[in-house]
Amino acid sequence: MSFPWAQEYKPQAPLMQWLDERLPLPRLVYNAVGAGYPVPRNLNYMWNFGVLAGFCLALQIVTGVILAMHYAANAGVAFDSVEHIMRDVNWGWMLRYAHANGASAFFVVVYLHIFRGFFYSSYKAPREMIWLLGVLIFLLMMATAFMGYVLPWGQMSFWGAKVITGLFGAIPLVGEPIQQWLLGGFAPDNAALNRFFSLHFLLPFVIAGVVILHIWALHIPGSSNPTGVEVKQESDTVPFHPYYTAKDGFGLGVFLIGYCALLFFAPNMLGHPDNYIPANPLSTPAHIVPEWYFWPFYAILRAFTSDFFFIPAKLMGVLAMFSAILVWFFLPWLDRSPVRSGHYRPMFRKFFWVLVIDTLILGYCGGAPAEEPYVMISQVAAIYYFAHFLIILPIVSAIERPAPLPFSITEAVLGKDENAVLAPPAVPLSA
Amino acid sequence: MSDHAGAEAVLPEGAAGSGEGVRRRDFINIAAVSAAGVGGVVTLIPLISQMAPSADVLAASSTEIDISAIQPGQAIKAVFRKQPVFVRNLTPKEIAEADAVDISTLRDPQTLTERTKEGHENWLITMGVCTHLGCVPLGAGEGEVKGEFGGYFCPCHGSSYDTAARIRKGPAPKNLEVPEYEFTSDTIVKIG
Repeated sequence: MSFPWAQEYKPQAPLMQWLDERLPLPRLVYNAVGAGYPVPRNLNYMWNFGVLAGFCLALQIVTGVILAMHYAANAGVAFDSVEHIMRDVNWGWMLRYAHANGASAFFVVVYLHIFRGFFYSSYKAPREMIWLLGVLIFLLMMATAFMGYVLPWGQMSFWGAKVITGLFGAIPLVGEPIQQWLLGGFAPDNAALNRFFSLHFLLPFVIAGVVILHIWALHIPGSSNPTGVEVKQESDTVPFHPYYTAKDGFGLGVFLIGYCALLFFAPNMLGHPDNYIPANPLSTPAHIVPEWYFWPFYAILRAFTSDFFFIPAKLMGVLAMFSAILVWFFLPWLDRSPVRSGHYRPMFRKFFWVLVIDTLILGYCGGAPAEEPYVMISQVAAIYYFAHFLIILPIVSAIERPAPLPFSITEAVLGKDENAVLAPPAVPLSA
Repeated sequence: MSDHAGAEAVLPEGAAGSGEGVRRRDFINIAAVSAAGVGGVVTLIPLISQMAPSADVLAASSTEIDISAIQPGQAIKAVFRKQPVFVRNLTPKEIAEADAVDISTLRDPQTLTERTKEGHENWLITMGVCTHLGCVPLGAGEGEVKGEFGGYFCPCHGSSYDTAARIRKGPAPKNLEVPEYEFTSDTIVKIG
């Protein structure tokens, strides 16, 4: 782990020396996010979002554990207990809004983190494991967010649960028993609400565990960087602390401004009014949509309106929706180009931005009612989405002529300077 | 491997029983790991099974409905397994409309007779759960839209059902499900 020029942890205080010999936890922190972790000197602000995602996870766990002190997971009283939090519990309204909008903030940050990975090909060797763990975290996040949305037991909670568990009903033969097993009944009810609460409480800690693996895997090769050129010499890096603790701290400040603006001035903007109506199994809201962060995938689910060969439309939609994320697992092997950064890949770069626009279009259609022209637009956009990963990426990586790469990160930052840059790696410049 | 060879060398000839490199300890290893493995798997059964519908949920899985007050052309929404069930008293005109359809043109071909009980052809009893994504279709309540085929209309994604609750238009793959039921008398229906 890490580079040979990493600074070594040298505790000064006797207490810290005593601790270091018995439980070297401060040493672990120093080497992971302290001065002992050398990081490429040229990271831009797109590299802030990992730390921000970690912040969001902590925020959700803290607010979530507090909400669980006041919430009751019983179909008879769940809705009222949420209103009790909103009206009666001291600062309850703020904590609940912080948690609900915290989920949105978490997804904003994670989507930027993922698309950063797409643009800079962060998934390429030797960082495949980081990427695979990241996709796993995203899947766990989706499950957690879905189950959390069910807990207030409003109309959208109930019908969201019904539609999403109904997806499993599309599986041939075993679908209906699986659906009943997941729900513990024939429709969402007390059994489903209780288990969703239990799992909604558990999964964030599972995510935290996978995040630790994600960071561990990251610290083996170290962070990638905007040039995609690997670190060659000490002058290519700076210590994580204070350089990136400061940069991440600044990014956190900017993030918090946006988050607080949402939390305090438009806390219901991303929610649905229907969820302030208690769940009613006998009446469906006219327009069921999931939360915004599921819209692109919901659009793909609904894009299949007729049977596809022998596969029924409903099953096909379900398969496509899950495949839209599962295809990310294969990215390291679909994109064969040896060049990582989109900055040096003129063709790939264009298709990257088309994918961004395509995903935004899917998102828009997923939030719109299921009628024309949105259905047709989602069909075209869904086809393009899969074509990007399965056809365009492999072809582009085979035929593209990349731009010349800089010799080193230092050269990319300081320009070609014979004396400063092309010094042999064995002689560290700052020494 | 070296451990194995060492143990072999120490044992007197034939002491392990069969020879051929198979020792009593190998048997104990396999037996212990197998027993633990099977035991571990069996332990999963209650852990998985507890999530299935519990006895009280299953006990509520049949329901009796008094249909004496439903006039021809009217329908009611009842609750069966926490889901809506539509009980509809068809008018002769609606029955004629349903019978007039050529079933070979249907997505889920069924006749009205197949979807009702003999002697009670005017009683159309179906789940009020759209076969697309599980919304409750309109058309059973007073004044609700019945869609262009006069049966039920799902507002979520626009599936239209006819007077035999068969899917005619829209994304739903199947007709509204007919639950298991029986007439316990002329005015009482037991569903489930």
